[in-house]
Amino acid sequence: MARQLLKGNEAVAEAAVRAGLQSYFGYPITPQTELLEYLSHRMPELGRGFVQAESELGAVNMVYGAACTGARTMSSSSSPGVSLMLEGLSYIAGTELPAVLVDVMRGGPGLGNISPSQQDYNQIVHGGGHGDFKMIALAPCSVQESIDLTVLAFDLAEKYRSIAVVLTDGSIGQMMEPAELPEMRPVKFMDTDWAVRGAEGRDRRFLSSIYLDPPQEEQANLRMARRWEEIEANEVRFKEYYLDDADFAVVGFGSAGRIALSAVRQARAEGIKVGLLRPITVNPFPAKVLKEVAKKVQGMLVVEMNAGQMLDDVIRITNNCVPIEFFARLGGVMPFPEEVLVEIHRLAKGPLTTEGDPRSRWLKRASAAR
Amino acid sequence: MPAKGWIVVSDLYCKGCELCVSECPQHVLALNMDRLTPKGYHPAYQINDGCTGCATCSVICPEGAITVFREGPNKVTRVNVQEA
Amino acid sequence: MVAPETQGQKVYSRPESLTVTPTHYCPGCTHGVAHRLVAEVIDEMKLRERTIGVASVGCSVFAYNYFDFDFVQSPHGRAPAMATGVKRTLPDKIVFTYQGDGDLASIGMGEIVHAAARGENITVIFVNNTNYGMTGGQMAPTTLPGQKTSTSVNGRDVETQGFPIRASELIATLDGASYVVRRSLNDPKNIRQAKKALRTAFEVQQRGLGFSFVELLSICPTNWGMTPTQSIQWLEEKMMPFYQLGDYKISQAVAGLKF
Repeated sequence: MARQLLKGNEAVAEAAVRAGLQSYFGYPITPQTELLEYLSHRMPELGRGFVQAESELGAVNMVYGAACTGARTMSSSSSPGVSLMLEGLSYIAGTELPAVLVDVMRGGPGLGNISPSQQDYNQIVHGGGHGDFKMIALAPCSVQESIDLTVLAFDLAEKYRSIAVVLTDGSIGQMMEPAELPEMRPVKFMDTDWAVRGAEGRDRRFLSSIYLDPPQEEQANLRMARRWEEIEANEVRFKEYYLDDADFAVVGFGSAGRIALSAVRQARAEGIKVGLLRPITVNPFPAKVLKEVAKKVQGMLVVEMNAGQMLDDVIRITNNCVPIEFFARLGGVMPFPEEVLVEIHRLAKGPLTTEGDPRSRWLKRASAAR
Repeated sequence: MPAKGWIVVSDLYCKGCELCVSECPQHVLALNMDRLTPKGYHPAYQINDGCTGCATCSVICPEGAITVFREGPNKVTRVNVQEA
Repeated sequence: MVAPETQGQKVYSRPESLTVTPTHYCPGCTHGVAHRLVAEVIDEMKLRERTIGVASVGCSVFAYNYFDFDFVQSPHGRAPAMATGVKRTLPDKIVFTYQGDGDLASIGMGEIVHAAARGENITVIFVNNTNYGMTGGQMAPTTLPGQKTSTSVNGRDVETQGFPIRASELIATLDGASYVVRRSLNDPKNIRQAKKALRTAFEVQQRGLGFSFVELLSICPTNWGMTPTQSIQWLEEKMMPFYQLGDYKISQAVAGLKF
């Protein structure tokens, strides 16, 4: 397949279609709407299911219905819409059904704005609705990666009967870049022993997230916890840049990681031995490689477009074995590479400490600057 | 000669709600106060042989607890004949 | 008196589409009648192997235990959306939701109105007993003015707690709806009418004629604080004047239906 100039949201939509998406249910919300618009004609064109729902709340429950049949199904939204979907996500997870959600993050909280942000890291990685369950979360930093991770999301969701979230942001969704689309896969129902498609020639089945008897609910929760361990063991993905001989390391996912990479390259050109660790699966988080990097560098800089959500995970995982600094732009503001470069210079100059809180140090600097 | 019918009330389903008792046109039903179902309900039962098999009781019964039989001269009206 | 089972003709017996499970409903609760009628219709139309039920949340949350065909369980109020997801993915299957008044007319009002407006080819069975049964008898959108419930202890005050919603009339205004009727489960005559309506609704769906909706007036002895027979009387005296039985929307295509 040849590379084409593709818009992020539309690339993700077509990637899902080619991954065998059978039914899509969505709702308009900037900066994700092109995905809905594209599928509104593409899906019927292929004779597949499409509904623009009454709300994200309706949409996620339509996904829940479709997922019960063992079909590849998906919805997409942005931050406020995803908040409305959390109930449905919990039900889907509680029924242990595969489903894909594309979350094109925007500035928040509340109505916020329509600019890109990473402010829903915790909502997806550590939150996601009531009850003990986790969702696989894949964070692309380009249109090509958005395509690849959308296809991967369907495969992982099916493999682990889990929800897989493509955690992207408004900039990646709205920008256009050359990218290559995958081959078209046939649409087919999963052959499973749990799918509900009408009890023809078999006993009836029912799918529900209700376990009235607590010990049975506990068994279900243990089953999900064990499954998550399997996901952690097998599905961690990340990318390393210039870390072999690095004295310092930047850690950033998605757009923040990509912007930081420009700064890292600039710093390298200036002779600073700095590298970048970019988590691709932010859930399961690449803890092992982070620990390895932490042991061999003098200091780490975490760069995010939120007030330090992945930062907390980095602090917890590195467990005080390396000094950590933090830099962020909030509210839908995207950092420039030059701003990250200034932080790399500060890191390289020192002094570095494992004492105190990197967030409050950053907050003082941020408040002074603005 | 009116049709002759009878009913069988299932102990598994009957909850002694008495709706059939009040709806029976022949007034041949009552709750059996001498007996309890495994669930502790006084089940409905046929108190005499005045039943015509009209199946009104089975229409009102919220539990599908009543099976209705009929024998006698006239044709069986097809309500919902299920072979066991 | 031992009934001579063997010689007689069986005139009626429990429908096959009901499982061999006693229900959890309170004695006399007409949810049971509604379940029985749905099962009888599914049996008569031989749809058991093609039907997928969508249970809602309320007293009928365990409906999937009582029907012997495929079922899924929706979050509170979301059954019409979930049914849409199933039907859009499996257009040749028969999909119906079974919902109470709290589920459909309160938290799920958005979902039901839009499923009807979209003309989803599903059947909605709406059991109206004027209160939230499962949680112990709270006021619902269908609670009558002046009716006492656990959250309108002095009787529903329309000044502060608003007016009841007549769902059938509301849904009937939507062009997407093809068959919208209200029936009642209070006596054998009305129950037989209700069964005809349910049969029509499933025929509408089977022939792809659009959205079908059957509201069934139902009693709630426990939360109304009455015996089943008293509850039937209350339904007749209080509910029926407010929730008039009748056909609220019959599309041309449905009107011409013969089966």
